[in-house]
Amino acid sequence: MRRKVHPLRLLALLAGALVFLFPFYYMLIGSLQTEPDTTPAGALPNPGNLTARNYGDINSRLDLGTTLVNSGIFTGGVLLGTVVFGVLAGYAMARLHFRGKALLFNLMLLVQVIPFQLLTIPLYVLIVRTYGLADSYLGMILPFAINSAAVFIFRQYFLQLPRELFEAAQIDGASELTILFRVALPLVKPALLTAVLLTFIGPWNEFLWPFLITKRADMQPLAVALANYMSNVAARAANPYGALLAGACVLAAPVIVLFVVFQRRFVASNLGSSVKG
Amino acid sequence: MALNRKLLGRQPIGIAFVTPYAVFLAGIFAYPIGIAVYMSFHDWFFAAPGAKVDRPFVGLDNYVAVFTDPAILRSFLNIAIFLVINVPLTVVLSLGLASALNAAIPLRTFFRVSFYVPYVTASVAVVGVWLFLFNSNGLVNSVLGPLAPDPTWLVNSTLAMPVVAVFVTWKQLGFFILLYLAALQNVPNELYESAAVDGASRWRSFWTVTVPGVRPATTLVVLLATITGANLFTEPYLLTGGGGPDGASASPVLVMYQRGIEQGQAGLAAAIGIVLVIGTLLISLVNRRLLERD
Repeated sequence: MRRKVHPLRLLALLAGALVFLFPFYYMLIGSLQTEPDTTPAGALPNPGNLTARNYGDINSRLDLGTTLVNSGIFTGGVLLGTVVFGVLAGYAMARLHFRGKALLFNLMLLVQVIPFQLLTIPLYVLIVRTYGLADSYLGMILPFAINSAAVFIFRQYFLQLPRELFEAAQIDGASELTILFRVALPLVKPALLTAVLLTFIGPWNEFLWPFLITKRADMQPLAVALANYMSNVAARAANPYGALLAGACVLAAPVIVLFVVFQRRFVASNLGSSVKG
Repeated sequence: MALNRKLLGRQPIGIAFVTPYAVFLAGIFAYPIGIAVYMSFHDWFFAAPGAKVDRPFVGLDNYVAVFTDPAILRSFLNIAIFLVINVPLTVVLSLGLASALNAAIPLRTFFRVSFYVPYVTASVAVVGVWLFLFNSNGLVNSVLGPLAPDPTWLVNSTLAMPVVAVFVTWKQLGFFILLYLAALQNVPNELYESAAVDGASRWRSFWTVTVPGVRPATTLVVLLATITGANLFTEPYLLTGGGGPDGASASPVLVMYQRGIEQGQAGLAAAIGIVLVIGTLLISLVNRRLLERD
């Protein structure tokens, strides 16, 4: 029973898609221009004005390899912490009865309302001054180490598993850790992927925190190095926008590829549940 | 054994499972709030590591400064400007696009993905292309020609904050479209059917069934927009070159960074943070009340 699609509906969606995608297309075109061409005609690829030089340019200024590795380590550390400790916490909060569960659950919700940025100053004092973790991966990772939204998603998925499954395993004498790894985890693989995707964009895109604690260029993630280039160097370069947009493409590409490939895992229901509380 | 159960709960192993997460929350959330409260009541400044310095108790001085310092007040006003532009735009556009998407339409996956691409991409990367689009010789001005504003967008004290607000709306819209899509699934089909039986037009059933049906999502937009506004840093720092012109697009977190880290008035910066934490908590409390009323 397929109703005919109203042309207005399709028109609105197409207009939306254009507004969302055009800046990305323009980012790519801009990164390939020899001379920045900001006329409307410049938005179309012009074979006479195309070059890959901007990528070499930004690489010589930022060392893309090092900054990408830094972004990777930062993101990888957060993912590892979230998957290991987040799954344990999510499972316990969904399936086990212990003292302090309600308190922890409420705290988990609270953390998602209070933006981490507001605690920047005390965290800076704590991590940089007290623990001396400036210019270190550990200092970068610590404030993000376990993503609370992911813990929440894990909990929701574990809650949805049928109770009988766990009772059967318990009768068989399996320990909680065995039940978690042998029974529950294989059943929530989709949640794992969704949570990993959601967690990935946090540290990969994060600017403020790594910006604050990394002064050494060889410790900076790509987002920080690119932002510094944007605010300091860009004004003096020959084709500042070309190099800047080339860097932007390198920063954006991994996330966009991941989210296009795994688009099925990024749907409304699990997103909604992670914020609705 | 029985005593243990009473003390630790039926499955004490759960405590072991959540310990890392609980320690994390305590260390990265609860403890820093404590430090922030302490700092905000002292004349706290950065000193050389290891140096013994006197940081005297100053009572409410820092809080008085938060509510009297023109630059800090301006950053609060900027959040208000941000909300006035961001909330209605977000609600109208994301509900509109989500409703349009909520049907069997061709290219549905393509639309869904293209809507959330800005949301998942780093602000730093998309700010780059917005700078390219909105600088004085950028594509936007070259399309507008003589209609281009003067001074141009990002250095215009009236337009800088609205541009930041529109940028954030554009960037976050995909998330809210997904949120509304989820909310639309929860509107019972029977309501649409009975509206149709009553002879309601599509437009009318949108207003009488859809809009009230997704109200929880709409209240959530207000909450999340406030949190985002209180949170802004990357956009004013990079897009408008440090909250310019003259603080016209400065956000509280940006002012916090400037005062606390750049100028070393960490006590004052901590007080800004505490005021904002209380503010967001109050708003989320109001939000929860509104949701419970439904």
